[in-house]
Order: sequence, then C-alpha cells, then structure tokens
Amino acid sequence: MADPPEQHETAGEHETAGDPVADGATVELALNDLRRELPLAPGDLRQFLPGLEPERQVTDWGRSERVEGLVDRTLYEFLYHYWFRVEVEGVENVPDHGGALLVANHAGAVPPDGAMIGKAIREEHAHPRPLHLTMEPSFTGFPGVGMLATKIGGVPAHPANVHRLLFDERQLVLVFPEGRQGAEKRLRDRYRVRRFGRGGVVEAAMRARAPIVPIAVVGAEEAQPVFARLSLLRRLTRLPSVPVTSPLPLPAKFRIRFLEPVWTDELGDAPWEDQGLVQTLSHDIRALIQENLFEMVAARRSVWLG
Amino acid sequence: MDSRRILITGLSSYWGGRLAQALEREPAAQAIIGVDSSDPRHQLERTEFVRVDTQHGLIRRIINAAAIDTVIDTRLVVDPLTAPLKLAHETNVIGTMNILAACSGSESPVRKFVFKSSAHYYGCEQDDPAFFSEDMIRPHPPRTAIERDIVEAEEAVADFAARNPDTTVSVLRVANGIGGDLHTSHLALLSLPVVPSILGFDPRYQFIHEDDIVGVLEHAVRHDLPGIYNAAADGVLALSEVVSLLGKPLLPLLPPWGTGFTAAQLRRLGLRIPVEMVRQLRFGRGLDNRRLKASGYSFRYTTREAVLKLRAQQRLRPLLRSGAESYHYEREIEEFLRWSPSVQSAPDRGQGVWRPSAAQIAQLERTLAALRPSDAADSPASARAPLPSYDDLTAEEVIEIASSLEASALAELRRFEAANRARKEVLAALDRNLARWRPSSAAQ
Repeated sequence: MADPPEQHETAGEHETAGDPVADGATVELALNDLRRELPLAPGDLRQFLPGLEPERQVTDWGRSERVEGLVDRTLYEFLYHYWFRVEVEGVENVPDHGGALLVANHAGAVPPDGAMIGKAIREEHAHPRPLHLTMEPSFTGFPGVGMLATKIGGVPAHPANVHRLLFDERQLVLVFPEGRQGAEKRLRDRYRVRRFGRGGVVEAAMRARAPIVPIAVVGAEEAQPVFARLSLLRRLTRLPSVPVTSPLPLPAKFRIRFLEPVWTDELGDAPWEDQGLVQTLSHDIRALIQENLFEMVAARRSVWLG
Repeated sequence: MDSRRILITGLSSYWGGRLAQALEREPAAQAIIGVDSSDPRHQLERTEFVRVDTQHGLIRRIINAAAIDTVIDTRLVVDPLTAPLKLAHETNVIGTMNILAACSGSESPVRKFVFKSSAHYYGCEQDDPAFFSEDMIRPHPPRTAIERDIVEAEEAVADFAARNPDTTVSVLRVANGIGGDLHTSHLALLSLPVVPSILGFDPRYQFIHEDDIVGVLEHAVRHDLPGIYNAAADGVLALSEVVSLLGKPLLPLLPPWGTGFTAAQLRRLGLRIPVEMVRQLRFGRGLDNRRLKASGYSFRYTTREAVLKLRAQQRLRPLLRSGAESYHYEREIEEFLRWSPSVQSAPDRGQGVWRPSAAQIAQLERTLAALRPSDAADSPASARAPLPSYDDLTAEEVIEIASSLEASALAELRRFEAANRARKEVLAALDRNLARWRPSSAAQ
C-alpha cells in the first residue's frame, strides 16, 4: 500500500483529470474517495478479489438479491413509510463510494433500527448503496433466524469480516458497538449509550482507513421496549437473550440523523497501535452520538407522533 | 522448473495419479517416482511405481538412491468415506511423520516439500470469519477425528519447515473437491435425487474442481511457494444455490436440534453423513484464495462453473456407466514397457517428449571428448569443422541432453554452440543448466 502523502499528490492529478464531483462541501469527500480509487500497488491482494458473476443472485456473503428485494418491497416499505414514519437528516454524510463504517446506537428486542438505516440509504441517498449489517455470531447459529438475516444483508460480527468488507470490497458496514449490552438495554435505560466494547470498531475503521459515520437513531428504543429478560429460557435456547417485550413493534416515530464522517486515514501510519488514540476516538464518537440523541429527544413532543 | 527428480507419495490416490500424468508431460522432469501401498489407478507412461508403505527407512533409501529433489505428499485422508477412521489416523499422522523423517537430515537431497492438506483444518464453527485466510488460527480446538489428524499432520509439517530452512515447504489447504471422478461424502450427497439439508440453515459452500486441485499441485511443483496457501475456487455459493444449479430439490431432512442423532439413524438406513459434513451443512465455510492467485495461479473454474460441470457429468453418468473401462496396473507389462531393450519407440514420443537413449548420450559424450583437447588453445572449436553427429540433433534434443550433463561438458557444449549455430533457445537452456551447477560447485 502506498503511503498517504504520496496519495495526496496523485489525488490532485486525478481531480484535474475531470471528475464532476467538485462542488463546495463534497470536495473533501470526493478527494477522499478518489484517493481510494487509485490504482493498486503490485502486492495489494485487492486486485485478486473474485470477479462478479452476473448470473448469480446470491453474493459470496450469502446475501440474496431476491429475498432482500422481497422483504424490502413488502415489510420494510410498510415499516419505513407507514409504521415508523422515518425521518432522515444528513444522509449525504454517507460517502457515495468507498468503504465506510456506520456506527449507531442500538436497542430493542428484535431491533428494527438496522433495517431502517439501510432502507433510509436506499430511499434518500443520491447514490443508493447496499448496507452490510453486522450481527452477533450466536445469532447466526440459530436455525432459520440466522439464515434469513444472512440473506437480507447480515454479516457475522468478526473483525476479519468487517475488514474485508471495508478495506477489500469498499462497502458500507453498519455496526452497533454497544453490542449485546445495547440489545439488552431496558426501557428505563433508553437513549443512554453504553460503552463501545473495547474500541474494536474504531480499530477496524483505522485498519481499513475508512471513515466512520456516526448515526443517532431516536424511536427504535421505544418501538420494542424490553421490560425484563428471561435468563433460564435464554440458557435453554442458547439465544443471545430472551426478552419480555411487545409482540409487535410499537409505532414509534423514527428519526435517523447521519452525522459528519470522522476520517481515520490521516492519523498516521498505524494509528491502531496507539490504544490511547483508539480509546479516545471511540469515546468521542460515543459522546457525539449521545449528545445528538439527547438533543433529538429533547426536541420531540411525542414518542408516537414525533 | 527447478524440480527434476520428483517423488510422489500416495500415487494411487486420485490426485497423486493425475499429478504424475501432468508431470510426465514436462520434459524437464527427469525422474518421476511414485510410492503407495496399493497399485496405481491411473495409466502412467514413464512414472516408476514402487509399492511401499510409509516406512521411513525404505522411503529414505529411495530418496537417497534416486537423488530426489522434490517430494509431493498427496496421501492425506480428508474424507471418512475413503478410509476407516483408524486407518485414516495411521495414514495422516504416523504416515506424515514417517515421510517427513525420510526427507529430513543434513545430507538429504530434498529441496522442496509440497503437502496437500485440507480446508478441514479450519473446522466449521458458529463464530468463524466468512473467509478464512492462511494466517488465521482456528478459533476452537478440532472437534472431529479427521480434523484432529489434519491439524496434527500440519503441525508436523510446520515443525519440519522450521528445522529445514533450506527446503521450500508448501502447504496447500484444499477446499471440498468437486468433479465427476472424485468420490467424497459431499459428492455422494449431491448425487442423490433429493439433497438433504439441516432445517433452518443454508450454509455457504466453496468448492474446487478436480482439475484445479491437480493444477494447484503442479503449480506448487513448478514454482516456489513457501508457506501455506488456500486452494479454493472463486465464489462462495449457498447450498440452496448449489442444489438449484444441479437442478434438484433441497429437502430439510435433518432437524436443527439432535442433528447428530438423526444423522446416525440415517447412516443405518444407508445415507452416510459423517460428522464433518454435519458441521459443514450447518455453518458452511469460505476461504480467501487470494494468496494463491497472487502467486500466479489462475483457476480454470469458479465454484459455480465447477458445479455446472458436475451437473453435466451427473447427467451423463447413466450413459457412461456401462461403457466405462477402468485401468488395471499390471506390474509385468509396465516394467516391460519401461525397461525392455526390445521396446523400440517410447510410447510418449508422439506427445513431444523426447528422452535421450543411452546410445545417443554416449555419442554426444564422445563428441565432447573429441572437443576437450582443443580446450587449451583459443577458441579452436569455431575453426573446427561442425561435428556431424551434433548437427543431426535438433535444438530440442540438445536442450534435453543438456539437463543430464556435467558442468564441464556443459561449458564445452555452450562454447561450441556459440561459435557455430548459436541457436538462442539452446544457449539459454545451456545457461540455465550451467547456473544450476554453479552453487553446488561453489559449495565444494
């Protein structure tokens, strides 16, 4: 991989060569993406990624175009427009191309937030892109559920998977760094963002030199509130958690705010080695989401009407 | 190709036989020797077969006597369908240890060791990465007997590599093979009219076509690939996709809970679903094959194309079954064809492979001896009239003879060729052969 300063110069050349995207606020974005589109160094394994086979309807990750399209046209369409009446702010903060790590707050028994963020990008973004959603590995081992989740764009949360998607395939990846703690959050703890694991999310973005797009979601934490958890049943079924919850998601009003991307490719050669920096950035992103959540919750008049 | 004297262990396995056939077409391979405990199942032209078990004393004698520089180990049992578990353990762990013992030692002529391993090394677990790369350590200890054997065998190979830094050691982790001539439990499953699966699971599968397995082994012989390489075709397919490509229905016969028990019951009914396969049917597996591709190998088939090829073969099978004639190894015939002085034409001569006969080598050596006295004078070779016997030889034949000559004779020959016809390809070949002699003469 060529080092960043060299990339800067060649990126400038690329721009003069005539890229239409060069107006105002998106210049920085365009520059950054151009840097990603540079020809690869000879040793770079990215040039050996398998080619696309147009006859196939399932990707190498197990994502099925057909199943995803079907769910999108029926269930998501209904939930997005009529049930949750999703409102989106700042969707342009999601890059047009190149890998990007989307980081959101998370809550609810069967969380609809991931699906709604994906739908928001498909509906509102100028260049709709597929979103890969990381999910708890124990979830993939559960019959039926894991199979369906994989078909509609779920990927087991593994550092190697996130790296391949972000760095090698330059895709959008959505993670919930609160992890299980987020999904197990009870109603009384809503909108209080939990610890971001051990900073693994930020580290993954740094290694892939991909920007982090923080996302604040309001509504998901009331749509399927967790009143209590059943630990005995959880142990019997080996599910991540068995919550006592509403049988159907409640029609809470959703607001999704995409925040300014945080760039990770100008932090030096190997920023992930510096655990202090990783933890600081992780903490900053968490604080940013928390701040925006409080602001959005304070501004809304009703949980159901927004 | 640096490998000239090659030993294939497991010659009677599918891959051993096919690899020997592929290497026979290579003129630079002077000697190809195969060992196994049973007779070869592929027709071979010049490969010499020695029936021997994996006894390190005997194999060591073969290696030293034939000055073997490359050993390819294709013996590993990776499918319980091929051998009973106890025999598999014997072959995989004890056998590998013995072969490695036969190749090690400071005076061993072996410079390259290629080990055919299996992607079962990685196992199948719930928290696996979607694509295993070579440097990933398996997250859990092995769960089945075959996996345990493979991990143990690879440990022995890694140990051998560490102890013998001068030997190039390649480990090829091969994904599930697919093709009309292979017999594995997965192919048995896919050839059923209705393919059983586990309810609620659609595992990801990555295959490799049988031709590509042979191709990868040959690639490792032709080039130096130190380290571990995943060998799997491009593309990871869901099982439902594989089965629909084969034009068959998928039947979720196995329940998600108590799968092992049901599989055991089905085994009694004649449907063999080994433990490894149950795990793969549940979680699937994907490999990152980019290191192998970066080393210069290009796969002939993607996973999807390999499956389509299998479909064609499955449809043809009812027609081919009656007419298929299999090859039988007859020791006397093979030995007659190889060694009898009455055999006039080498059977592989038509395919462009030419081996110098003893008479031709003697003739060439005579001409070289005639050249030798003129060595002291300054380039008298050019002044001398072109030697009639040498002129009769084509460029190809000279190149072939060059590979069996000593350093001094090579230098002689090169001077003569440069002074007379100066054929570019001949000079290049002579230089290559001279370069081969240089390090060893420096060592002396």
